[in-house]
Amino acid sequence: MAEIVNEFDLVVEPGRSVKNYWNDLWRFRELFFFLAWRDILVRYKQTAIGLAWSVIRPFLTMIVLTIIFGRVAKLPSEGVPYPILVYAAMLPWQFFSTSFSDASNSLITNTNMLTKIYFPRLIIPASTVIVNVVDFLISFVILIGLMLWYHFVPPWQIVFLPLFLILAFLTSMGAGLYIAALNVKYRDFKYIVPFVVQFGMYISPVGFTSNNIPERLRLLYSLNPMVGVIDGFRWCIIGGESHIYLPGMLLSIGLIIGLLTFGIWYFRKIEKTFADII
Amino acid sequence: MSVVIKVEHISKSYIIRHQGQSGYIALRDVIADKVKDAFHKTRNLVTNKPVVKIAAKEEFWSLDDVSFEVNQSDRIGIIGRNGAGKSTLLKILSRITEPTLGRFSTKGRIASLLEVGTGFHPELTGRENIFLNGAVLGMHRAEIKKKFDEIVDFSEVEKFLDTPVKRYSSGMYVRLAFAVAAYLESEILVVDEVLAVGDLQFQKKCLGKMQDVSQSEGRTVLFVSHNMGTINQLCNKGILLKSGKITDMGTTAEIVRRYMKTGSVNGQIDRSSVSGTLVPYITFSEISINGLSSNEISVSPSAEIRVELKGICNQDMEYFRNGITILKDGIKLFSAHNNPEPQPIKKGKFHSEFFIPKYVLRPGDYSISIFGHDNGNNRKGTEWIYGNEVLTFTILEEWDTINDFHNEGIFNLPVIP
Repeated sequence: MAEIVNEFDLVVEPGRSVKNYWNDLWRFRELFFFLAWRDILVRYKQTAIGLAWSVIRPFLTMIVLTIIFGRVAKLPSEGVPYPILVYAAMLPWQFFSTSFSDASNSLITNTNMLTKIYFPRLIIPASTVIVNVVDFLISFVILIGLMLWYHFVPPWQIVFLPLFLILAFLTSMGAGLYIAALNVKYRDFKYIVPFVVQFGMYISPVGFTSNNIPERLRLLYSLNPMVGVIDGFRWCIIGGESHIYLPGMLLSIGLIIGLLTFGIWYFRKIEKTFADII
Repeated sequence: MSVVIKVEHISKSYIIRHQGQSGYIALRDVIADKVKDAFHKTRNLVTNKPVVKIAAKEEFWSLDDVSFEVNQSDRIGIIGRNGAGKSTLLKILSRITEPTLGRFSTKGRIASLLEVGTGFHPELTGRENIFLNGAVLGMHRAEIKKKFDEIVDFSEVEKFLDTPVKRYSSGMYVRLAFAVAAYLESEILVVDEVLAVGDLQFQKKCLGKMQDVSQSEGRTVLFVSHNMGTINQLCNKGILLKSGKITDMGTTAEIVRRYMKTGSVNGQIDRSSVSGTLVPYITFSEISINGLSSNEISVSPSAEIRVELKGICNQDMEYFRNGITILKDGIKLFSAHNNPEPQPIKKGKFHSEFFIPKYVLRPGDYSISIFGHDNGNNRKGTEWIYGNEVLTFTILEEWDTINDFHNEGIFNLPVIP
């Protein structure tokens, strides 16, 4: 009898799915690409709006922030044109905020698939974040335009930019997974996400640099993981006086890893019941 | 023959919540309830009343200790009334949800088709959706590419391949969706009631494809349907589920016959076999044929058939009408209503009679479904109640001259001299 049981290539019992999970994730990689591809296609299908949107939104926000922080509040610009200073931070922030809110809502918008098909649920939020990478690349074109306009030559550190993009990716995945799982359980979390995103923009160094924060508060300030990401972006794009505050950066990275681990753990815990409670 | 699916003592429980009408839990409600609870508790303690905890949750076992084995190239029909646990069983086998207890083992790739067109996006073209849906069903890119032409051919939408599916007619949409699913390659196929889509001709084509797939290619199929005709045609074995338990397993014909007899016992209609939005207002209680209400009713073809349906109405209704449908092998032959037009019905008992002239039904086994409608203007849309195949009866083999040579078809129309 024992031999017959061994022949089966899949055994499912409560709590046992853990074993095949990461294998399955690999097996379903094509679905992951297809979902990302679908979301990208759909977003840019109504081409005029889709494409323009990822350009207009950061551009207008940049203008507003430049006027408020640069002109009205007259914050120091560290020797670079204020629009570039702002835009270098806008890029990661925009990426984080849209990925985070899209990922949080992704399970609800794909309810249909969750209740009809088996696949590792992690694929859904992950593929939504990928879509925003494409958005990020399009917005990046504006930055190049700004650099040309101001005759600004980026420093050598710019080669490290992808590293910080990955960091931003991990942050939004960590936070997104956690909230996405909570969102399935408690529907009112969708009201919390826009608030966090709006609030976060003002407590993150988007319109100003972290150098405006008093030295003794820098470490405390770095408890916001996006501080590390944004500082990193500024360091890569502007260089010069925009130094990296190392203890803060390490703290941010530590927090991001912690957030991601916690996000995945919580998501995995609730995942099994998604189809039952959604 | 080797066992490819082995289900051992699977149970699945759901928690039903009684509080609140909305289907979703909001964190604010959870907090509010906790506070309310605490408040009531303290108040009861202070006023010295007994502390009563109201059970807000109830456990419901959708599947209860289900075990069975499936051999390779078996085609199993899973039959049961609404709420018997058929869909839950398929969901567990498709790994969409985990069993609460027990386990199952499978050999070979499982593909499940619980719905056609899962993952379809209205903005994308037919071509794009084929790839997307294929991936959702677990096909690889290369596989889809290889079968692309066949899929398009089967779906009959090649002209509109590059049109967004939101511009498709619902028939085209369904055809495309089914076509993708039809070319799934897997050792085990789990199918929920998806054949009941599209027009009759396409349904036939789908059924033919399913038969091809299961019979000639030797695949294992688990199939759920309410249509006994389809089950009969497609499956070689049946599993009968009732309230989450397997009550019977055996050959399809046997199981289908058992199933049809579960609708009523000696003319008393089983409430669990009746469903619909009118259930709170209408209760169908008894059904009889020519005054007979046993489990084995036989009628001579030369006798008029009088079906009597009794029930209770709990609320006055403006536009009510009920009726019966006669079925043979799961195929609906015809319906009869108690009134030509909907009529007001008063609260209380009601009874309706339906007549089938003699010589209409040929010898064989038949079943009766019962239904009621209320399309009152004080409600939105039509409310309904339906009891699927609640009673079976037999027309005896004693028809000589009219029955044999010159008639074709399933039933006869009465000759009006």
